[in-house]
Amino acid sequence: MNPTLTIFIILLPFAAFVINGLLSNKLPHKTAGWLAVIAIGISTILSWQTAVSYFLQSEPYIRQLVVNITWLRFTETLQVDMGILLDPISVMMLVVITTVSLMVFVYSLGYMQGEKGFVRYFAFLSLFSFSMLGLVVATNLFQMYMFWELVGVSSYLLIGYYYNKPEAVAAAKKAFIVTRFADFGFLVGILILSYYTGTFDFITITNPENPAIISMTGISFMGISVLTWAVVLIFMGGAGKSAMFPLHIWLPDAMEGPTPVSALIHAATMVVAGVFLVARMFPVVVFHAPAALDVVAFIGAFTLLFAAIIACTQTDIKRILAFSTMSQIGYMMLALGVSGYGHEGLGFTASMFHLFTHAFFKALLFLGAGSIIHALQANDIRQMGGLRKYQPVTHILFLIACLAIAGIPPFAGFFSKDEILTAALASHTVYFGIATLAAALTAFYMFRLYFLVFWNNERTYAHTPHESPAIMLIPMSVLAGGSVVAGFIPFGNFVTSDLKSLETHVHLNVAVISTAVALAGITIAWLFYKRKSEIPDTIAARLGGLYQTIYRKFYIDEIYLFITKRIIFNLVSQPLAWFDRHIIDGFMDLTATATNWISAELKEFQSGQLQKYAYIFLSGVILIVLVVLYTYS
Amino acid sequence: MTWSELLLMRHEWALIGLALVLIMLEIGISDEQKNRIHVVACLLMAAITLFGFWPAESGKIFGGMYITDPLRVLMKNILNAGVLIIFLQSSVWLGKAGMKNRMTEFYLLLVSSLIGVNYLISAGHFLMFYIGLELLTIPIAALAAYEQYQSKSAEAGIKLILSSAFSSAILLFGLSMLYGAIGNLYFTDFSLTDSLLTILGFIFFFSGLAFKISIVPFHLWTADVYEGSPTNVTSYLSVISKGSAVFVLVILLFTLFRTIQPVWQAVLYATAILTMTIGNLFAIRQQNLKRFLAFSSIAQAGFILLGVIHGGSLGMASVVYFVLVYVFSNLAAFGVVQAVEQATGKLNIDDYNGFYNTNPRLSLTMMLALFSLAGIPPLAGFFGKFFLFTAVAESGFYTLLLIAVLNTVIALYYYLLVVKAMFINKSELPVPVIASDGAMRISLLLAVTGILVLGFYSPVFDYINELCKTF
Repeated sequence: MNPTLTIFIILLPFAAFVINGLLSNKLPHKTAGWLAVIAIGISTILSWQTAVSYFLQSEPYIRQLVVNITWLRFTETLQVDMGILLDPISVMMLVVITTVSLMVFVYSLGYMQGEKGFVRYFAFLSLFSFSMLGLVVATNLFQMYMFWELVGVSSYLLIGYYYNKPEAVAAAKKAFIVTRFADFGFLVGILILSYYTGTFDFITITNPENPAIISMTGISFMGISVLTWAVVLIFMGGAGKSAMFPLHIWLPDAMEGPTPVSALIHAATMVVAGVFLVARMFPVVVFHAPAALDVVAFIGAFTLLFAAIIACTQTDIKRILAFSTMSQIGYMMLALGVSGYGHEGLGFTASMFHLFTHAFFKALLFLGAGSIIHALQANDIRQMGGLRKYQPVTHILFLIACLAIAGIPPFAGFFSKDEILTAALASHTVYFGIATLAAALTAFYMFRLYFLVFWNNERTYAHTPHESPAIMLIPMSVLAGGSVVAGFIPFGNFVTSDLKSLETHVHLNVAVISTAVALAGITIAWLFYKRKSEIPDTIAARLGGLYQTIYRKFYIDEIYLFITKRIIFNLVSQPLAWFDRHIIDGFMDLTATATNWISAELKEFQSGQLQKYAYIFLSGVILIVLVVLYTYS
Repeated sequence: MTWSELLLMRHEWALIGLALVLIMLEIGISDEQKNRIHVVACLLMAAITLFGFWPAESGKIFGGMYITDPLRVLMKNILNAGVLIIFLQSSVWLGKAGMKNRMTEFYLLLVSSLIGVNYLISAGHFLMFYIGLELLTIPIAALAAYEQYQSKSAEAGIKLILSSAFSSAILLFGLSMLYGAIGNLYFTDFSLTDSLLTILGFIFFFSGLAFKISIVPFHLWTADVYEGSPTNVTSYLSVISKGSAVFVLVILLFTLFRTIQPVWQAVLYATAILTMTIGNLFAIRQQNLKRFLAFSSIAQAGFILLGVIHGGSLGMASVVYFVLVYVFSNLAAFGVVQAVEQATGKLNIDDYNGFYNTNPRLSLTMMLALFSLAGIPPLAGFFGKFFLFTAVAESGFYTLLLIAVLNTVIALYYYLLVVKAMFINKSELPVPVIASDGAMRISLLLAVTGILVLGFYSPVFDYINELCKTF
């Protein structure tokens, strides 16, 4: 396939966005929906074709710039390009994004049917796919930053899709502000890096032998090299998008958006942008800024456990999944953080592998949740139970996804998690311990959810829940297929830190431990939640304040509110506001008044009398002559 | 003279051909079919504009009286495209009762003036230059008085012809001094020394040309003429006439007057500050949109001078690029004004209150045009200003840069006043829904496409920059 055709992968969703956006009042719902589906469908085919032809090349894979356009040339040396960079991780991301997008788009045809803003929804969804695809193929930091922000905007628009619902609007604002705050770090990092290297280009920047990069390690600021500073600041942007502690607070609230949106943006694609960013910068970081990787590993491990613990106590089906997403991304970050380069690059491969498999089963979990919510019009799992009778297909598909995320062989999650655990074991026992504990917790909270929804408490419903239509079940089945088989892909042959193939195999001792803890987690969940039981409540009561703390998500939101409202608003903002209102505005008003006054005074010159005009004309000439002669003679 | 030499002048040939076709149509067509002349004129003008992009060569003919090169051709193409848009915008106005019979007159005069523009840009001798300049101006004075039974239009015509006669006199006076100093009027052997006589000659010459660009203090005719003339003629004056004078100013300053660069830099420095500031201060007070756009165009001329001051290829490129952007932005704004004026006769900013509710597409077009004029990213106008400012920064005139930036703030204020009227202000009697005709729609589409594409597609500037480097 001609590699320049890859540009259509990106442009087609954009075209769908433009058409649906411009004609949002005129297009019939069906046309608009199918238009978006067809656009992303062709993108998907092209992506798979690109992937096949790319990975069929002989190793080692090369980084290819298949499209490269100079977009803005500020000076001879400083220019911003737009283009498409193909390398294993970007090709893999293309496949993940287009495939999951296609499934979610099709699913949405059924899920969103009859909504008032149907066309707007598909316009925004297409905008998101366009931005996300542009992000992963970015050839340089600037392009990535631009699409990064576009992704943020489309996420904002979609979280706030139900704009007459105050919670949704608040959640959209929260997501936007928190990620923007993180992106400020990203921007500063980009500026530092490009200031020292004189370029935005990824191929130049991530070359470990680049002398400009090596010289950056020599310059230190507050005892840390500027390269480490730059990279850590860039990763701050990544932590914001990927909802890593302490910038995670927006993700649970983002569940106010339509469920397919949560599946696509807040589970499978956008939230892994941070992981992708770290992977993109990996070659230079691993050699010259290992301290930054330690930060990544630490934050990853912390979020992994932190989110898994919270997930055990939540009662909103989508929020449980949101915390689970955070926790799984923690796995990916941890794996990247402990990874080495080349032969020691198992962590890198494992992280990308988990990103790949996670996209399938987490999207499936969300779509399954959507199917349940669609039937019940409720989010709270305490109002659910016994659904396996009413929604048999959803039940089976959901179970597959739960098994995959819990890491039960031979489902996809088992293989990728196994690699991550092996990589963690090779690095530090503590990381291995955290990862194993989190694996047990994952199995527990997922099956807690599963049993509470599909078994337990066999109630009678006012409106009998019905199975979802085929248009929703088919995409779910495809994703379920992915969740079953994706683990068998020999990922080490394709995606590695140094573009060469890496031998990977299942590590028996690690596999036994992880399967055992997962089964233990499932068993406990089965004992507690299969039937109505007093045990969970008793345990919760025993734990008392601790349980409340976890249930309240460790009061992180409250802490942020305290800091912003009490400290920043009162002590910083109010004096600034006063200064702004009285001094700055006063000055501006004065300028405006003065401008108006001068303008009025000058009006005399514009009298409308031609002879006066000629007079002023001639006086002007003479004045210039006199001044110039005075100066130059 | 060989065939290939004749082809060097193909822009002018094509326009002369168009003029002849128009005359013959006028004679040969019955009164009922006069409407078709509009279609023919637009189609032919479109063909000429497209044909102009045929790769150009450099060369001199008529013993050096006529010079052409790719940059000059690009300048002509930019202005031709502008005239095409003006043609498209005039259908409603010319279709009115009482105008129909005189349609050819309008096109013929406009084409004559455009021929003048082309010769002006390609002039290789000051005589040629002067003929081009007068051919540019005199038909426009006639056009300004086109609606001869309206006193304002008649007044505009007489004001334009008198003041341009006055400025021509000044320009000729300057030329005669230059001739006295050098003894030659061919551009090729025009070697200036910085004697007192040449400096004096230059200042008079410059003032005459500055009149066309409406540089303060030679701008006073602008508002009255712009207001009184038919709106199409105002567009032509503010875009084509001004643009061609800017182009020729850049060419002359960068070649013939290179030896006295410090002098013209000083003159431009002072007049640029005056022009930006006075233009803006007056624009704030205007209620009539045509007067408003007149003063805004004066301010824009001040910004253009920033690029000229730079004196190098970057400055030249930024000026050419800015004029290109300005053509599209200003014509989009004038197009909307024209559409509203023809449908309702309303011209005041207050009349536009609530415009968005009745005419969303026209008001969005107007908004894009004004934002581009104000220089808001990512529209083309932002990049136009950006490159001008880059040029100023590169030449090290930071005070000038600061004043220019302050002026953009003032400009933003009054452009936003119009946007506010359209989108926010409520009105009891908004402008009714306007059904613009096909030609007007095409013209606005062209202009808006230009505003958007030039903003997002940077190779255009690179191309201009390359041309200016080799100029």
